[in-house]
Amino acid sequence: MNSRAQGADLDLLYSDVEDALRESVRALLSSRCTAQQVTTVYDGGGPGGRLWRSLAVDLELAGLLVPEEHGGAGASAREAAVVLEELGRFVAPVPFLTSSVISVSAALAAGDGTVTARLASGEWTGALAVPLTTGPASFTPAVRVDADGTLRGRVAVVAGAIEADVLLVPAATAAGTELHLVMADDPGIRITPVVSLDMTRQVADLELSGAASRRLLDSSTGETAVRGALRLGAALLASEQVGVADSCLQLTVDYLRQRRQFGRVVAGFQAVKHRLADLWAQVESARAVARYAAAAAGDPDLPVAASLAQAYCSEVAVLAAEECVQLHGGIGMTWEYPAHLYLKRAKADQLALGNAAAHLTHLAELVNLPSG
Amino acid sequence: MDETLRTDLRTRVEELLAEHDPATTGPLEFLRARFDAGLAWVHFPGGLGGLGLPRRHQPFVAELLAAAGAPDRDRRRLTIGLGMAAPTILAYGTEEQQRRFLRPLWTGEEVWCQLFSEPGAGSDLAAVATRASRDGDTWVVNGQKVWTSVAHKARWGMLLARTDPAVPKHAGLTYFLCDMTAPGVEVRPLRQLTGEAEFDEVFLSDVRIPDAHRVGAAGEGWRVAHATLMNERIALGDLAPPRESGMIGVVAGTWRDRPDLRTPGLHAKLLWLWAEAEAARLTGLRLHQKLESDHPGPEGSAVKLALARLAQQLSGLELELLGADGLRYADWTMTQPDLVELTGGDAGYRYLRAKGNSIEGGTSEILRNIIAERVLGLPREPRADSGVAGQEPAR
Repeated sequence: MNSRAQGADLDLLYSDVEDALRESVRALLSSRCTAQQVTTVYDGGGPGGRLWRSLAVDLELAGLLVPEEHGGAGASAREAAVVLEELGRFVAPVPFLTSSVISVSAALAAGDGTVTARLASGEWTGALAVPLTTGPASFTPAVRVDADGTLRGRVAVVAGAIEADVLLVPAATAAGTELHLVMADDPGIRITPVVSLDMTRQVADLELSGAASRRLLDSSTGETAVRGALRLGAALLASEQVGVADSCLQLTVDYLRQRRQFGRVVAGFQAVKHRLADLWAQVESARAVARYAAAAAGDPDLPVAASLAQAYCSEVAVLAAEECVQLHGGIGMTWEYPAHLYLKRAKADQLALGNAAAHLTHLAELVNLPSG
Repeated sequence: MDETLRTDLRTRVEELLAEHDPATTGPLEFLRARFDAGLAWVHFPGGLGGLGLPRRHQPFVAELLAAAGAPDRDRRRLTIGLGMAAPTILAYGTEEQQRRFLRPLWTGEEVWCQLFSEPGAGSDLAAVATRASRDGDTWVVNGQKVWTSVAHKARWGMLLARTDPAVPKHAGLTYFLCDMTAPGVEVRPLRQLTGEAEFDEVFLSDVRIPDAHRVGAAGEGWRVAHATLMNERIALGDLAPPRESGMIGVVAGTWRDRPDLRTPGLHAKLLWLWAEAEAARLTGLRLHQKLESDHPGPEGSAVKLALARLAQQLSGLELELLGADGLRYADWTMTQPDLVELTGGDAGYRYLRAKGNSIEGGTSEILRNIIAERVLGLPREPRADSGVAGQEPAR
């Protein structure tokens, strides 16, 4: 066991730069991504593409993690984490996580300047063609490279594929996993939108049959790049979950401070106060864990930080959303009140990028707590 | 900027080591010299063992001294003095009190205890009935305190007493520094569920305390006591405890040492508690990074709440893990330990002792009230005693 005081040298607070970034993202989302606007995605509408263009291009978030020499902002995972907190707070239906974090990470590993530059500028939106449930430790490719060099296979529930211009497809060969670039409008690929539990991050089933591709990574490095992208995604998804949880807590506190029953404010009942106090404590713990995961992005402890983040923060976000529904009473069950947006996002996020059990199993190996 | 500071600190440490070679200097002499060099706690003011620096620089100094083989105190004996008495005296004590008490407190020459709780004043601490009456330049104290950890080892006690019974109870309290060797102070062991007596009852009969040992103004005791309690509730000791500190380290160690005990069900429980313990550690770390001064706010309550629950769950899990050995208990003989050992003893002792974690220093229920009311701004609990004079506290 490593005896170093992990985290002691990493700043777990928010810097001034991060606070400023948060303000600009929040200002845009406050006007362009209200709960009412988001709710319409369940009926086929929503702020979708135009909102994403504003975030990706006007606020230059698409290239946040891309180094400046490839046309990006050269920011760190900490800034991307703050963006994700805000996107979670508003349950924003935009592909920042799938394109600007996970796809960018894979493209950077591939060292392909053209792909990263186009993802950075927002000209392309990308998606990694793996099921959203895939964690860094559980990845196996579902697509194979055929004898004629084209790609074939089915990949279920891929997030970000509907919005994508390009797909980064991990594909099996006899020698191992390669990474391929496929244009989303290639005639050899069919992208079928799925009616999703969380329509604010709608998933799609992919079928590749003779899809033309360009190989970005060969079998010696493909798998490492895919796992690395999923690991960074898992580490930063935790910040989205903190945003979701924080928003649920705030919504609930605000509501219960004005809701009256039995001639009293409901927030004054001790049974309610203690539940909210416990929830606040857990949200603050989730924040510390998520901040650590973001700060550890370049640290050897990242695998532990990322798995801890998903094991812990995914549970706290679900708890916060469930408490939000319950403590609101009847209004929490309605379509017009936003609690359900958070509940659906929190539950889908819990299954995303490896569930808590998978991450705990992975942690057991990493921290030497063997099962038998 | 930090680099210049570090160079300066390194120079100061080297000077201290050069003038007081740890190999030839007695431990106490060295510790006094370290205090006088401002290297005891760098976040304290100059002349009081510190240099007025941010507290994040303290671990660096500690590392340099440890690497040079410098002697150190057994911090575990000094938890109450270092964690609670020192910040209170720094915040509210007179200059004379600071000069008199902080140095021997830090070197470990004088151990401290906390004379707060009484049989009738537990969670409702402001209901203390111990009376202090002014008699010229001294105060005469009568009453009974309880749950006083290691009073039998203490040289000084932080005492909360009622000085004005005619005003509402929070307004009639005053904070004193009580000499535990003074005539009229009687310490009796109080045996607890572990079999030993780590706590004491303290009876105060006509104990005379000079007015110079009053901390804060008469009637200001509640505010001063509050500072002590807030400090008690933040994670004490290390600013950056390593991973697997505390109870999780003990249980993880047992898991690694005893492959024969492992089962899938216990594995799942252990892993989740490991994640929760690491989350609590990072939460404490973040809290310390946020602390700009030595005046922690109500947020620290959350860390104490989590650590208490985890210590209880983990020590309970360890007994289940041990199976047949979990039925054995080391010793029920009544003893009076020198220090409070939260992770010491055998598994049975740890399980029983951990029950105190959610009671001592503010029960978990009171801490939830504090978070709800002071952090989230929810309505306060209704009170039956507001405006009632302290003479007959409503309980």
